[in-house]
Formats: sequence, C-alpha cells, structure tokens
Amino acid sequence: MVDSAVNTMGFPVLSLIVLLPLAGALLLLCLKDDLQIKRLALLVTTLDLALTLKLLVHFDPHTHLMQFSEKYQWIPALDIHYALGVDGISVLFVFLSAFLGWICVLASWRAIEQHVKGFMCALLVMQTLMLGVFCAMDLFLFFIFWEAMLIPMYLIIGVWGGDNRIYAAFKFFLYTLAGSVLFLVGMIVLYFEGGQSFDIPTLMTQKYPFTVQLWVFIAFFIAFAIKVPMFPFHTWLPDAHVQAPTAGSIVLAGVLLKMGAYGFLRFSLPMLPLATHYFATPVVLVSLVAIIYGGYLALAQDDLKKLVAYSSISHMGFVTVGLFVLNIAGLKGGILQMFSHGIITSALFLLVGLVYERTHTRLISDYGGLMKVMPIYTAGLAFFTLAAMALPGTSAFIGELLVLVGVFGFSKIVAALAVIGALLSAGYLLSMFKRVALGKVTNQALTKSWDLDAREVVALLSLALFVLWVGFYPMPFLNIMHASVEHLLQQTQAQVVLISRQ
Amino acid sequence: MDQDAIIQSLITSLPEITVLLAACLLLMLDLVWRRQRVAVIGYLAIVVIAIAALETLLIAGQTAPVYNGMFMLDDFAVFFKLLFCLITALCILFSIGYLQQAQIEHSEYYVLLLFALCGLMILASAVDLIIIYVGLELMALSVYLLTGFKRQSPLSNEAALKYVILSALSSSVLLYGMSLLYGLTGTTNIADIAAVIGPQTAIDPLLIFAIVFLIGGFSFKIAAVPFHMWVPDVYQGAPTSITAFMSVGPKAVGFAVLLRVFLQGLLPVSEIWLGLFTVIAVATMAVGSIVALVQHDIKRMLAYSSIAHVGFALLGVVAGGEAGIASVMLYLLIYSFMNLGIFASIIVMCQGTFGGERIEDYTGLSRSHPVLAMLMLIYLFSLAGIPPTAGFFAKFYIFVALIEQQHIALAVIAVMFSAVAAFIYIRIVMLMYMRPPTGEFAIQLKLPPQLALGITSVAVIVIGLFPSWFLTLAQIAILQ
Repeated sequence: MVDSAVNTMGFPVLSLIVLLPLAGALLLLCLKDDLQIKRLALLVTTLDLALTLKLLVHFDPHTHLMQFSEKYQWIPALDIHYALGVDGISVLFVFLSAFLGWICVLASWRAIEQHVKGFMCALLVMQTLMLGVFCAMDLFLFFIFWEAMLIPMYLIIGVWGGDNRIYAAFKFFLYTLAGSVLFLVGMIVLYFEGGQSFDIPTLMTQKYPFTVQLWVFIAFFIAFAIKVPMFPFHTWLPDAHVQAPTAGSIVLAGVLLKMGAYGFLRFSLPMLPLATHYFATPVVLVSLVAIIYGGYLALAQDDLKKLVAYSSISHMGFVTVGLFVLNIAGLKGGILQMFSHGIITSALFLLVGLVYERTHTRLISDYGGLMKVMPIYTAGLAFFTLAAMALPGTSAFIGELLVLVGVFGFSKIVAALAVIGALLSAGYLLSMFKRVALGKVTNQALTKSWDLDAREVVALLSLALFVLWVGFYPMPFLNIMHASVEHLLQQTQAQVVLISRQ
Repeated sequence: MDQDAIIQSLITSLPEITVLLAACLLLMLDLVWRRQRVAVIGYLAIVVIAIAALETLLIAGQTAPVYNGMFMLDDFAVFFKLLFCLITALCILFSIGYLQQAQIEHSEYYVLLLFALCGLMILASAVDLIIIYVGLELMALSVYLLTGFKRQSPLSNEAALKYVILSALSSSVLLYGMSLLYGLTGTTNIADIAAVIGPQTAIDPLLIFAIVFLIGGFSFKIAAVPFHMWVPDVYQGAPTSITAFMSVGPKAVGFAVLLRVFLQGLLPVSEIWLGLFTVIAVATMAVGSIVALVQHDIKRMLAYSSIAHVGFALLGVVAGGEAGIASVMLYLLIYSFMNLGIFASIIVMCQGTFGGERIEDYTGLSRSHPVLAMLMLIYLFSLAGIPPTAGFFAKFYIFVALIEQQHIALAVIAVMFSAVAAFIYIRIVMLMYMRPPTGEFAIQLKLPPQLALGITSVAVIVIGLFPSWFLTLAQIAILQ
C-alpha cells in the first residue's frame, strides 16, 4: 500500500467537486424554464469553481503524495476501488476544468437556443467526467470517466453543432473509441503484470519487463496521441472543433486535449519508464512535425475556428515535446503550456463564438474593420491573439520558454526547429487579426453587430487574468507542481539508471 | 430408483413441473372460460413464472444429481433458471400490448412461451446428452410455433418454415455428434464422459469428428458463424416480441449447455476444440459487426448485432477457467437486459399506424419522446459497450478473462471489432437525436411495456455502476 497524505479538509472534497455538476444536471431535469435552467447551471459551476479554489488554497505543495485522498471498495473481486486524489500536476487541471466549465455556461448563454435543458445537462455531465478523469486514482475508475465522456461529447457536437455536425460527431466518436479500446487492453495487461491491482500509485511502483512496457506503451500512446492529438492522429480535431458549438470547442480544446497529455504524465512516464526512454526521440520528432505542420496548415485557413484548431495542434506539439525531452524544465514547461493553452485557446474559441453569434459567419474573408464596429471585442481579440503568439508577459511565453529550455538540453537542432513553430504562429495569428479587425468595413452585415455585454466581458476578463498572472508571476503555479514533477522525473529515471548500470 | 430417490428427483425438478402443469392448465382455462381477456392469461403466466423462480430459489444450494444422474440442480443451473424466468417474464410484459396491436391475441402464445421456458429450465440442469437433446427439442418446437404466430404474414410463415427446416438439420448434426461421443465413451453422462476420455495421449480421429459435429450443432443454436444464416430472416419475420425472446433465451441456454459439454465433459481434450472456437468467435464478431453496418431494418440489424455479441461471449469460452465461465455468464445476464430493453423500445414504437421497423423511422424521436429516446440511448450505448453502462462491464470482464489466459492478440482483435460495432448503435442515436423528425409518432405507452422498459433500463445502469454483486453472483455460480 502506497501511503498518501491525509485529507486536510475533513470532508470528501474531491467527491463533492466531481459529483456536484452531476447532481446539478439531475436537478436541471426538473426545471422547465430556459432562463432558470441557465441560472442553475451557472450557480452549480460557480460553486464548483469556488470549491476548486478552496482546494488550491489548501493544497500542500511540499509533497508529491496524493492529497485529499478518498478510497472506497467498489468491485472487491477485481480489487477495484473508488479512489480519488490529486497531486501537484492534476490539481492544476482540476481547477482548469472547473474554470472552463464555468466559462462554458457563460459562453452558451445566447449561443444555444434550442434544447437548452439537454445542452446544459450534457455540459454538466461532461464536467463531472472531466473532473473525474483528473481526480481518479484507480485505473478502472479513470477509464470509466475517460470513456463515458464520449456520450455527452457526441451529443454536444452532433445535436448543437454546425452544418456538418453529424460527420464530425461520428469522426470524433469513432476515432476516440478506437484509441481508448487499445488503452483498455493495455490497462488490463498492466493489471495482471502489476500484481492484480488497478490502484494507480501501486501500479507506479511496479517494475514491468521491458517487452511488456513496449507493448503497453504503444497501446497507451495511440489512445493518448489521438486525444492530444498528435500528428498523424489529428484529423478528427479540425472537424470536431469547427462543427462543435462554442462551449463544445472550449471543452474540447481546453480540457479534452489536455487529457491525452495528462495520460502521458500519469501513466506512460512513471509506469513505463524504459519504454518512454526507448520511444522518446521518435515522439519528440513527431511532436516537432505537429508544431510545424499544424502552424503551416493554420496559415492557409480562411475559417476562424479551423485556424484556431490547427494552431491547437501546433501548440499541443510544444506540450508533447516538453514532456518527452524528459528533463525538469521541459516537463514543467509542458505542464504550464497545457494550462496556458487551455486558457488561451478557450478564449479564442469564445471570441470566435461571440462574433459568430452576431454575424453568423466564421470566414475571415467576410470580416475586416471590426475594430470600428466592436472596439471592446477587438481589444479582447488583440490581447488573446498576442497571448497565443506567446508574447512576453503572457502565460504562453513562460510555457514555451521553459519547453524550449528543456528541448535545448535535449537537442539544439530540435530546439531550433521548434522555434519555427513559434514564428509561424506569429504569422497566422497576426495576419488573421489584420484581416478581421483592421482596414475598412467591407461587409455591410458587420455594421449591425453590437459590442460585448457585461457577461461576455466578465468571461474574457477572468480568462485574461490568468494569462497575465502566469505571464508575470508564474511562481505559484510552478511551485504547486514542483514536488510532483521532481518525483515523476525520479521515477522515470530510476529504472533507466538501474538498467544502464547492469 | 427407490422411493426416496424418486421423491428427491421430483422435488429437485419442481420448478419445471410447475411450469409444465401450469402451462397445460392455462391451455384448458382458455377453452372453458372463453369470455375473459387474453391478457389475463399473460398475467397468470407471469405469476406462474414468479412461483417457479421462487421454488428454484428455495431448493437451490444442493449439487447432488437426480433422475439417475441425468439432472442436476447446482448453482450454475439455478443462475440460468432464474435468468430464463426473468427473460420470459419480461417478454410477456411487453407482449401484452403488442399481441393486440399485431392482431394475434391468442392465449396459446403465453402457453407456448411457458413450454419454451420449461425446455430452457430443463436444459440448464441437463448433465446428460439425452436430456440435453430432449430439452432442446421442447424449447425449439415451442419457438417454431411462436415464430410463425403471425399467421397472416407471409414473412412470419417463411421465417417459421426456415427455422424448422434448418433447426431440424442442425439437431440431426448435433445428434450425430452425440451418438459418436456415446459410441466412443459408452456413456451419455457428461461427467462420465470426462472421466472416460481422461488425459489421453493419442487423440482418436473419431473424437475429432464427434466434436466438430457437436460444435456445428451448438453453433446453430447460438447463431455463430458459419451457422448464422437463418438468424436475420427469422428475426425479421417473427413477431417482434418473439424475436426478443429468441435473441436472448435460446442463445443463453445454448451457452449454458456449451459450457457444460465443453468446459466440463470435453475439457480433457480442449486442444481439439479450443482452436475451432477461437476461429468461430473471431469470424462471428467480424461478420456480425460488419454486416450490421449496412442494414436498414432494425430487426435485421439487431440480428447481426446479436451475432456479434455471440462472438464476444464465445471469447469467454475460449478463455476458459473460472474467470472465463463467469465472464460468459455475466455477459449473458447483462446482454439479456440490454437486448430485451432495446426490443421493448421497438415494440413500443411499432404501435399505431407507425412501422418502427426501418431504422429511418426513428429519425427525430428525441424531439417528441425524450424519455423513450433517452432509454434507447442507454440501451444502445450499453450494446456498444460504452461505460458507465452494464454493457461495458460485460465486455471488460471478458477481456480480463482473456488476458488472464494470455490471449492478448485475441483481446486486441475483439476490441477492434467492438469499436466497429459501436458505429451501428451510434447511428441510431444520431437519427434519434441529430435529425429533425420526418413524420408523426403514434406511440402509446401502456403500463406493462413501461414496466419492462423500467426494469431493463434500471438494470443496465445499476449493473454498470455497481457490478460487484452481479459479478460475485456469476463467480459463485460457475461450474464446479
């Protein structure tokens, strides 16, 4: 039994955080009025966000152990537990999920007109599952949350999405399913190799034979690479992002993509260190392709959402590069980049969604001179465009800088090539901003749109707050993850050192 | 047999006797008391089934064979008997409104279902090849008649005829295999067969013949490839409530007998049949999931989907061992709930002027009937094996059993086909939720089918979230 820190809160705070949105969804079913439904959803997500903030405050950054742990027997015959816990890595994503869940409700206030009840239910169920993934300390429980997410997401894309939504929903569902069934097999193999236990901390302490590690790594890699998505498994992403409603895009880009990377951090690196080292260079190279290829594709897009989607592929490439160079700067940078990308991309999708509500077009060529029509909106767009470019003073800058420092320690050539990705992002983002916001108003339909209201400004401002906070003073975030990342790196390296000595 | 043994035998087979006598009584009752509504017979049949289930529970716990060692009431038999009682009761529940709708409301329907149930229950206890054959025929004869119950419909007649001819053929194949086995071992008792065959070093070629014939016969009963051809036509033609019954009852009993014969009687020569079952399982999954993709009739689609599920359950047989047997039993239990649930939804849809047989008929269902659509969504995702539904745990435990026996390549093939099969189910979800309705729905939810829908959907969710109790049940009830 691996020890974990005691729950300092005195009540099962993680269960509360995870299950609160689900309870909210059930409560919503009893309501009839659309406005009441939206208000209740907002209330539930606000409460959940407040709870995660409290969690952050009580979090002890000095230990790598799982905190606020809960463990109850679930299926004793297979030694499966309902076990929750967070460490310095997952606590950030618990917060991110709750935060973006709150943003999603705000973003859907006007965007969703039909079947509001169903949508809010799906959104809240989705939030429960996302939080569950980051809190689960039992592999079986993790998989339940991970896989169950397909159902609400399939509906969110397919019911409330754009014109080509059915194709996108199918593609998303089948792609993700194909990946995760392999994960299931790998997971059961680990179960038998690791002494018939699904307990994640226990599985981390086991030493698996090299060949087992190789095969399980491949199975896990396909599942996570599809979720991230890494080149060449990325083709579902542009379709899903473009067709999903704004809140769906935010959930996808902000949280779902992080789950793939989180899977690498939680399973591949600590449990399969030998295979991780074996495959590190190919994975870094594939990530490099994603950085540059994604950036190139983004350059060519005329659809705002597609542009952001391809930029996501490029930016997530930075994350996976950072994780697989296997040094402390790279890991910390990768994790921070995940957090920062979750905030910034969500903000960009929100901005695209806000202007789409007004003009009903997403084509960049339909825009121009938006600054004259919607000055507050354009200010927001400018800020987040610059943030996505990783301008110093924004969160992406810190993340990418740390990743590049890490990559530099791995290989100078790779670092040099990764910088091309950063240059490309400046190219497509600035040209997008120019074509949308500057110049003359060419499309008369734009003149009818109105500027942002208070709700929208609040959503954008709160997102901007974190961009600047991480950008100017990242230490609180780096401190939270420090102990856990150090421990993770030790775990990853211990076995390799042992093997090389022999 | 002395007097004590006879009494003991009668007590042990009390549930079967109850069902049989009650079926005869209900048949008479309809003749002498003509004015009553046929539905009353249905409710009475449910009461009979409840009594039989209760009796089964009361006499459970012993493992001594009776009737000169031909009939056994072990935990394994009790598990399956209770499952069959449940299946039949649920079928009757959603038949009550359907028969009226399809204008085939005759009390013989329920009587025949009870006879079929009796056959199923005998089969669950059969530990002798002769009893197995008798039970199979009792069940099959009742189901032939029920298949052709829509007398006015040519499709139903065709289905019944096809089923009779092909089933007779397969029975003869099975009987041939049994007779070969008897010739080789000199006994029809499964436990004795295992003892006689023993750990022999040289394999008798005749034994291979016998096993191949047995596998052929059983494959027909459980609808495994290449003996699955009859399934789509028969499922499509039969009254929908009987299709539902056929897709779970006879299939589950096929597996029960298969487990007894192969994992008990023929276990010493497992190297002969293991490879064959592996090939059949993979082929069954492949044909079932791929052909289901192109179906337009929902009953045909579910026919192929049930074939795919048979392939999955066969993997548990391949895995063998305690976990393998338990995984098959759990799979059948969960599969029964979700398949009966989806068929109950179809039956509800079929009412009124509305067809409900084409998959397109479900377009836009969620707009006008959100609850029914939601229930179908649960069943469909469960059939696809997506958590947190029960269907996921059924598949998961099959994989656990497979990987425990180091059949990892087989597990990978299986998960791939399960991803393919998911498409057929989410396509229906897509139609229900993502397309606007094209016509009016005329759905009248009566209480009995509502009850069936309620029971099955709650079971699918509860087993999915808290599988522990049901898993333990299956693990306790495995063959000793």
